[in-house]
Amino acid sequence: MDHILVAKNVSKTYGNYTALSNISLEIPKNCIYGLLGPNGAGKTSFIRIINQITHQDTGEIFFNGEHLSPKHIALIGYLPEERGLYKSMKVGEQALYLAQLKGLSKHDAKERLKFWFERLNIGDWWNKKIQELSKGMAQKIQFIVTVLHEPKLLIFDEPFSGFDPINANIIKDEILKLKEQGTSIIFSTHRMESVEELCEYIALIHKSEKILDGKLADIKNAYKNNIFDVGLQVEANGEALMHSLAEKFNILSSNLQKQEGHLDFKVQLPSSHTGEILRELSTIGNLYRFDETIPSANDIFIQTVNNKENGK
Amino acid sequence: MASKLGLIIKREYLAKVRNRSFIVMTILSPLLIVGMIVLIAYLAKINDNETRVISVLNESSFFQEEFKPTKSLSFVQLDNLTLEQAKDSTNALEYYGLLHIPEGDTVEEVARATYLFTKDNPNSGVTQKLESIFQRQLRQDRLKKLGVSSDQFSNVEAPFEINLATFDGERSIKGINEIKAFIGGGFGYAIMMFIIIYGGFVMRSVIEEKTSRIIEVIISSVKPFQLMLGKIVGNSLAGLTQFTIWIISASVLLSLVVMVLGIDLSALSGDSNIPAGPMGGMSQLAPMDSEMMMYTKEIFDIPWGILIISFFIYFVLGYLIYSSIYAAIGAAVDNETDTQQFIFPIILPLMLAIYVGFFSVFSNPHGPIAVGFSLFPLTSPIVMLMRLPGGIGEGGVPLWQFLLSIFLLIITFLGIVSLAAKIYRVGILMYGKKPTYKELVKWLRY
Repeated sequence: MDHILVAKNVSKTYGNYTALSNISLEIPKNCIYGLLGPNGAGKTSFIRIINQITHQDTGEIFFNGEHLSPKHIALIGYLPEERGLYKSMKVGEQALYLAQLKGLSKHDAKERLKFWFERLNIGDWWNKKIQELSKGMAQKIQFIVTVLHEPKLLIFDEPFSGFDPINANIIKDEILKLKEQGTSIIFSTHRMESVEELCEYIALIHKSEKILDGKLADIKNAYKNNIFDVGLQVEANGEALMHSLAEKFNILSSNLQKQEGHLDFKVQLPSSHTGEILRELSTIGNLYRFDETIPSANDIFIQTVNNKENGK
Repeated sequence: MASKLGLIIKREYLAKVRNRSFIVMTILSPLLIVGMIVLIAYLAKINDNETRVISVLNESSFFQEEFKPTKSLSFVQLDNLTLEQAKDSTNALEYYGLLHIPEGDTVEEVARATYLFTKDNPNSGVTQKLESIFQRQLRQDRLKKLGVSSDQFSNVEAPFEINLATFDGERSIKGINEIKAFIGGGFGYAIMMFIIIYGGFVMRSVIEEKTSRIIEVIISSVKPFQLMLGKIVGNSLAGLTQFTIWIISASVLLSLVVMVLGIDLSALSGDSNIPAGPMGGMSQLAPMDSEMMMYTKEIFDIPWGILIISFFIYFVLGYLIYSSIYAAIGAAVDNETDTQQFIFPIILPLMLAIYVGFFSVFSNPHGPIAVGFSLFPLTSPIVMLMRLPGGIGEGGVPLWQFLLSIFLLIITFLGIVSLAAKIYRVGILMYGKKPTYKELVKWLRY
């Protein structure tokens, strides 16, 4: 598979503090890649290395198959977690300046800015100063400036912090559109549930180490425990039925009182084969729910961290 | 890369120049300066032109010929009045004071009983003048008792001034070293002010980028070093613009004021040793006139070309060194109140340079202290400029010292800018920490 970015054994220390230890990642082209982990795990350190703000102590990074070098800066768009704009500068001027720093000509930058300002309905902001705008408004400008030079790789560090839900949705849609147009995107966040629906691939970073990475669907498959959520409508005595089921299957929890004539329980199967239990259940009553419980990224993260720490 | 640096310089320059307080300062300062100069000139003129009148009630037989009018003091003899009447008439005529010399047998006795009556505390110039009249009379009187005639006395009293010459035979004049050091000191002082003011601009601009959190957006496009350099250059260009505007507008304003009000600016120099123009009655005396010519010649002899070129060289190098330190400080802190502990050590060598300059360069422009401080890179921009009015080469700063100090400045600049860039690079991404010196040293090793 083609990769936009490959990191091999990247380490970085600040004095006695290890920010990254031996991180290896492969970020495929044209996908949304989630870089997940709690605050202080090393996500931002890694991103700063990609942006060549700092340099790794050891290890190698390849961008599009080439060694990462200053010429790639123009191909990367970065929305940092700590972001802001010059307060006393006018919106348009400022956006032009930042676009030109990314290598766009003044003319091109102006054309594209007009397009984006129209698209996000902020055309009349051009001559306003940043200090006159709300935080959410300023975030929109920052987003535009990040994507304006049409980078091949976009990096968003906590992109939705500071956005109200409506604007967050607008930005999410724009990000999905960019992905459709062929951009590769890295998402970095500690709020794992927020990007789960967007990411195809994830990497979990904990205490400067990568503890897990891969396709989100694969990871979830690997982490599912064959636990199923069952809802069954019965006519006979629920308690007796539960007893007989518990003898054959590993019932994790049950709730008989919920509604009369209904059995509600979770069951863990030894394998992913469901034929046997389905046959059994259908003889007892009407099966109206049979869901596999899929762990969230957060669950997986906690489980992996626990496994790792217990394993030590 | 070069175009990005250009973009940064342009932005920093425009941000500074468009700043409201910058515009206000640029416009107001020349007005203030001209206003001050006009005020001082005006006061000096008033001061000079005011002739104080002292009425003299002389009941003794002495001091008949002694009260001659001078430029600032004239005397009116009152006769046949009582002391009370004399006081009343002095008051009524609004004279400055009344000098009462009572009757007596000897000068000594008379002098001891003499009083000066004034409305308020008398001006020290007036009392000194009067005291000198009495002293002269007393001295003459005492010498007469010892058998010295008044002719002999006049001979003894003849004033004397030592003649000065350089080894190559040219006559030299007193105070020219001080004048030269003053001129050099003026340049040195301008450099110090410029470094402190515009270094502060650089520092505040760095802090602004940190607090507004735009810094990480920018350094994902350009190298921190480029940003720092662009900031330093942009701000210094803004400063030079301000300087130029000040000089042009101040001189235009000043000449307008001079034309309109007809104020004699040379009154300003009344205090110094430079006799400028036909002031102070000095031109009446022939030897003084030739001395004045020599002062003028000496001032024209000051190597202005070298001085102005060196001003720019030393200014640029000194400013680069100090403003990179200022940039590093700005990067290390989160807000301006935290900068105090770091600012003081920067200003210290600058202040030291000014003081050392004024104390040791004045008295001995080529002594060991003057030479040492004019080579030491943190003080040389100021101290060397104070020495340079003497020229380079024979009789002035030896060429090797001049070149060595520039060489040391360049080396120091390269060293300091690379250290500052390291602190800057780490500091701009650090938030919420109040750094200590120990911490800064650690950053140098990241």
